Amino acid sequence: MRKFLMIAAASCGLAVTGIAGAVQAADMTGAGATFPFPIYAKWAEAYKKETGNGLNYQSIGSGGGIRQIKSKTVDFGASDMPLKGEELDAAGLLQFPTVMGALVPAINVPGIEAGKLKLTGTLLAEIYMGTVKKWNDPKIAGINAGLQLPDININVVYRSDGSGTTFVWTDYLSRVSADWKSKIGANTSVQFPVGVGGKGNEGVAASVKQIANSIGYVEYAYAKQNKLSYALVQNKDGQYPAPTIESFQAAAANADWNAAPGFGIIINDQPGAKSWPITSATFILVYKKTDKVEQAKEVMKFFDWAYKSGDAMATDLEYVPLPANVKDKVRASWKSIVDGSDKPIF
Amino acid sequence: MGANMGPLKDQTVANRASVHRGVSGGLFDPIFRNASFIAALLVLVLLAGIMISMIVGGWPAFREMGFGFLTSSVWDTQNDKYGAWPAIVGTLSTAVIALVIGLPLSLGIAVYLTQLAPPWLKQPVATTIELLAAVPSIIYGMWGLFVFVPLFATYVQQPVSRIVEGMPVVGTIFYAASPSGLGILSAGFILAFMIIPFIASITRDMLEQIPSVLRESAYGIGATTWEVVRYVLVPQAGISIIGAVMLGLGRALGETMAVTFVVGNANRLSASIMDPGSTIASRIANEFNEAIGLQLNALIALGCILFFVTFVVLVIARLLVARVKRY
Repeated sequence: MRKFLMIAAASCGLAVTGIAGAVQAADMTGAGATFPFPIYAKWAEAYKKETGNGLNYQSIGSGGGIRQIKSKTVDFGASDMPLKGEELDAAGLLQFPTVMGALVPAINVPGIEAGKLKLTGTLLAEIYMGTVKKWNDPKIAGINAGLQLPDININVVYRSDGSGTTFVWTDYLSRVSADWKSKIGANTSVQFPVGVGGKGNEGVAASVKQIANSIGYVEYAYAKQNKLSYALVQNKDGQYPAPTIESFQAAAANADWNAAPGFGIIINDQPGAKSWPITSATFILVYKKTDKVEQAKEVMKFFDWAYKSGDAMATDLEYVPLPANVKDKVRASWKSIVDGSDKPIF
Repeated sequence: MGANMGPLKDQTVANRASVHRGVSGGLFDPIFRNASFIAALLVLVLLAGIMISMIVGGWPAFREMGFGFLTSSVWDTQNDKYGAWPAIVGTLSTAVIALVIGLPLSLGIAVYLTQLAPPWLKQPVATTIELLAAVPSIIYGMWGLFVFVPLFATYVQQPVSRIVEGMPVVGTIFYAASPSGLGILSAGFILAFMIIPFIASITRDMLEQIPSVLRESAYGIGATTWEVVRYVLVPQAGISIIGAVMLGLGRALGETMAVTFVVGNANRLSASIMDPGSTIASRIANEFNEAIGLQLNALIALGCILFFVTFVVLVIARLLVARVKRY
């Protein structure tokens, strides 16, 4: 009796996994960057309602996304750090941006409200190198007349896991500080000379919240959700714009998207009085020549749909939609995706 | 027991018992023997498989960096230069701090529960300790970050740093450059809380198994409670206590999530235990997702080292137990 029950249970289990497997085969699969995960999830939900086709996206990190698409275990990879032209060519990959986001320096200094403290890029680099040690350093006080700055050490917080966010942050610091560029450089994880690391955007947000007199860098959406206080950063034109969708979009509008293959530009430190200085796009990677035509078509359809009807959802979640002319350029680039007999699939 | 009774009874009812027994003697015994042999073999195959894949995966890092991989303090993903030294030091120091804090507390708990506690208190405390062992490590990590770390920063790190600043030796070991509450010492504390349930409950079980005749005769010849514990109970339970300590040490060395939350995740070597650092496990947890190329190899090589360190700890434990047994 017992044995029979076990066999029955086991075969039931098999049947269930069989069905689940069949359903999943029709879904697209993607893996990679954690930063765009909330918007991809929201798009996928809405897309499934409209078309019945699902997306299974694993937010395992940009590095993992690149690994997975190169080993062809997913239909598309996602990365916050754009791949270089030669790397794309070597792997036969096509790259295009989906949405943009911005980083803000989150601060937790008792007595200083959000948006009151002003910092320059050079100062941020000096704080993160440990050369500016105290909140009342003359360099900080010099551009913040009227603010009561405490005579306390700055607790620096950074991302301890490798991440596109760190890449964007260190790329910005490299652009504004020659010292940072030569000593530390830009990458998904670098050797920070001072400070403590938090794992993930949420880890940094939690650390900044917990540790008094700290400064960290997080995606704007996280700063907003966690009600973190933030500092303003001087842009290329010498202005201190507030971190808003408008200032993020102003940065994107002024960028030259053809400067790198696969739209792989970083939108940091753009000109324009209203441009927020630390902005970046997130990218999708697909194969140029595909052997899984149906799946590849489905991926193209999904992102085409997202470009068409996903902007409002993106704005809701504090992401910045791409400008219309960039979307057109991306759509044109999709013509180069071909099937086994070199026929364009989209 | 109960599970085996059911089918047996069924068969008796069906009057097939004698037939069944005849078959099982000739056929089922070898099958059973082989099945359990395969089960045991599987453990060895798994272990060998893990070891081989770790060595193969980590080999490029060992080859590239050579012996310097163990001794270098550089962890530079840009130029693909990796050194494991700060992570090894962090792993060992957090584990040792955890033992230094956790062992006396665990022994105290075990002795109190078995020798001194009034009966109505025994069971609730014992159950609580066992429940603590079942708390997932991520909960310890979150509690550490949100509750323990701010308190530790305000009431320990800041005052201690103010006092010891400038002193020789002590001023180096206990001075926090930026008293954020995160660091090697905080990680050691959290690990101590995590290993106490293990050490305490195993030691308690062992102390309870000591025949009461021994204890009573010691009291009978006029020994004090302290003397009974020190000269009768502890020597009797010695081997098991070492075993429990090694189990705790093993957990402390490999613990990942809780440590990642509170250790500060700094890839630097610092002389102060108040400063942030990292352990092998926390470094792997932090970087594995985004690692590509040689960095990935270096992380697997780190895993290899952790494997080796844990293995060495186990061997030392075995040797200690063997030595104690001889006396």
